[in-house]
Amino acid sequence: MALIELDGIERTFTLGDSQVHALQDVSLRIEAGEYLSVMGPSGSGKSTLLNLLGLLDRPNAGHYRLEGRDVTTLDTDEQARVRRERIGFVFQSFHLVPRLSAAENIALPLMLAGMPAAERQQRVARALADFGLETRAGHRPEELSGGQRQRVAIARATIMHPALLLADEPTGNLDRATGQEVTRLLEELNTAGVTLIVVTHDPLMGARARRRITMEDGRIVGDLRQPAGAEAP
Amino acid sequence: MRAADTLRFATRAATGNPLRTALMVLAMAIGVAAVVVLTALGDGARRYVVGEFGALGSNLIIVLPGRSETGGINPGSFVTSTPRDLTVGDAEALLRSPWVRRVAPLSVGNSEISAGGRLREVVVLGTSADYTAVRQTDVALGRFLPREDLRRATNVAVIGATVQRELFGNTPAVGRLVRIGDRRFRVIGVMASAGQGLGMNTDELVIVPVAAAQAMFDTNTLFRILVEARERAALEVAKDDIAEIIRNRHAGEEDVTLLTQDAVLDTFDRILGTLTLAVAGIAAISLAVAGILVMNVMLVAVTQRTAEIGLLKALGAETHTIRNAFLVEASLLSLAGGLAGLALGHGGAALLRLTWPVLPAWPPDWAVAAGLGTALFTGILFGVLPARRAARLDPVQALAKR
Repeated sequence: MALIELDGIERTFTLGDSQVHALQDVSLRIEAGEYLSVMGPSGSGKSTLLNLLGLLDRPNAGHYRLEGRDVTTLDTDEQARVRRERIGFVFQSFHLVPRLSAAENIALPLMLAGMPAAERQQRVARALADFGLETRAGHRPEELSGGQRQRVAIARATIMHPALLLADEPTGNLDRATGQEVTRLLEELNTAGVTLIVVTHDPLMGARARRRITMEDGRIVGDLRQPAGAEAP
Repeated sequence: MRAADTLRFATRAATGNPLRTALMVLAMAIGVAAVVVLTALGDGARRYVVGEFGALGSNLIIVLPGRSETGGINPGSFVTSTPRDLTVGDAEALLRSPWVRRVAPLSVGNSEISAGGRLREVVVLGTSADYTAVRQTDVALGRFLPREDLRRATNVAVIGATVQRELFGNTPAVGRLVRIGDRRFRVIGVMASAGQGLGMNTDELVIVPVAAAQAMFDTNTLFRILVEARERAALEVAKDDIAEIIRNRHAGEEDVTLLTQDAVLDTFDRILGTLTLAVAGIAAISLAVAGILVMNVMLVAVTQRTAEIGLLKALGAETHTIRNAFLVEASLLSLAGGLAGLALGHGGAALLRLTWPVLPAWPPDWAVAAGLGTALFTGILFGVLPARRAARLDPVQALAKR
């Protein structure tokens, strides 16, 4: 059973009186543990695809099965629960809550899931240690460097042990060295078994993935695989 | 999300923007404080008046000429048509009832008093020696009217404190001659300062024997008869007796109205209670305004935190989680405002009591509860719309917003 099965997905936006086909007849199978990059010019539908995969958006037509379950028919709150338990998001602009500390930001998904505070603290402490953020636990986002912020965001995205990690330009706001560090972190998570899908403009980053999807005008125009272990050094 | 977490999250959100929160709380606090202070003032006035009236003597029955058809007092009670006048004879006859201890006939008119070249407009009250006992008042200097036949017009006068001051200044008044209307009177006493009572300021009265007043105004009718019953419990029996006596004297017609202190008290109590309620209603408008402010502030908060709401949705927050978080935030702001307002209001009321010690300016319990309740209710009511708007945001668009 594939982790993700997209079948004839269509997504149309109405802008004024014209119809924009953001996704047209997209079909895709992604196995658990894969490492994908999605590339393509602006407006090619990469972000729409990512939003659909993350259940933030609904297709106009087609079916999306996540872990064998058709999630397109779920209502808003059921989708929220699937997002909470199975999907992690990493954003270009980090999206940390500015008034909360690093530890509190990481704990957000656990809090939303209704986990008791004591258990939450243990999990967050472990995550802080895993991501080398122990000394930054009480700092607010504005007191953190860009790399640290993205690490907090990744810690938050993975705290619920999701099956799927969706990253939208995760290194877009970072300098080269920090970007590489974040990329390495994401790849380590993938090695540990999380399915990783990265949307990027950066050809170097895109090239690191074992499977590269190229999009144009809402369609998948390229789907390249390279054998495991052959990624760029 | 757990309730405790929702509460903590909302608290952090509210305190995350201290200026906004402080202004919001202030607006709500002013509304609640207005309710508390204004009702304290209104209720204080009510208690003050009721207290003053209570001091007039609670065994008092007031006999008015003319029949009033309605119970209690209305403006008509004081201007009833008079089929048959009350006379001094009627007043004397009332003493035949075993339940009546004293009577004081009242005859009232305007005149001028002059002494030593000074002239003043005064209200002249004609009455009898028992007036002081019935009204539970007394002279400060000299003595009151002598006990004599009600038909005897002795030319003696007792003057009010204000009249004394304005006519004689610091020189003694007792023993001096004054001219009232076209008659000369000897001042035999000065009333103790007592303030308002029965619509007349006793400090500005000139009191003369009832026969003298009637002669002065060329009439033989009475304005009122004040009757003191033997005891409070006998008020009703005494009223029946009075009605009976008057009916016998007035050819079988019951053409007088009997008012007791209780009726007067009840009426004032009711009028001032209604006034307090009205004032509270006006103050409550400021609470409604504060409620709209809560809505405004929360709508701005939703706009400012759109990206955060998008994030929470991406992290798996359900619709009701986000709605509750914003509702709790609005309620917290209102509650804080309400409590601050209570403190402010009680402080204001304490200040009133300090400034006017005679005014028992305590806010009534119902006003405190209503003020706080309205603050919470409006806060939550006006928090619903922003909370629903936040909960309905599209996560993709919300996340795209910076």
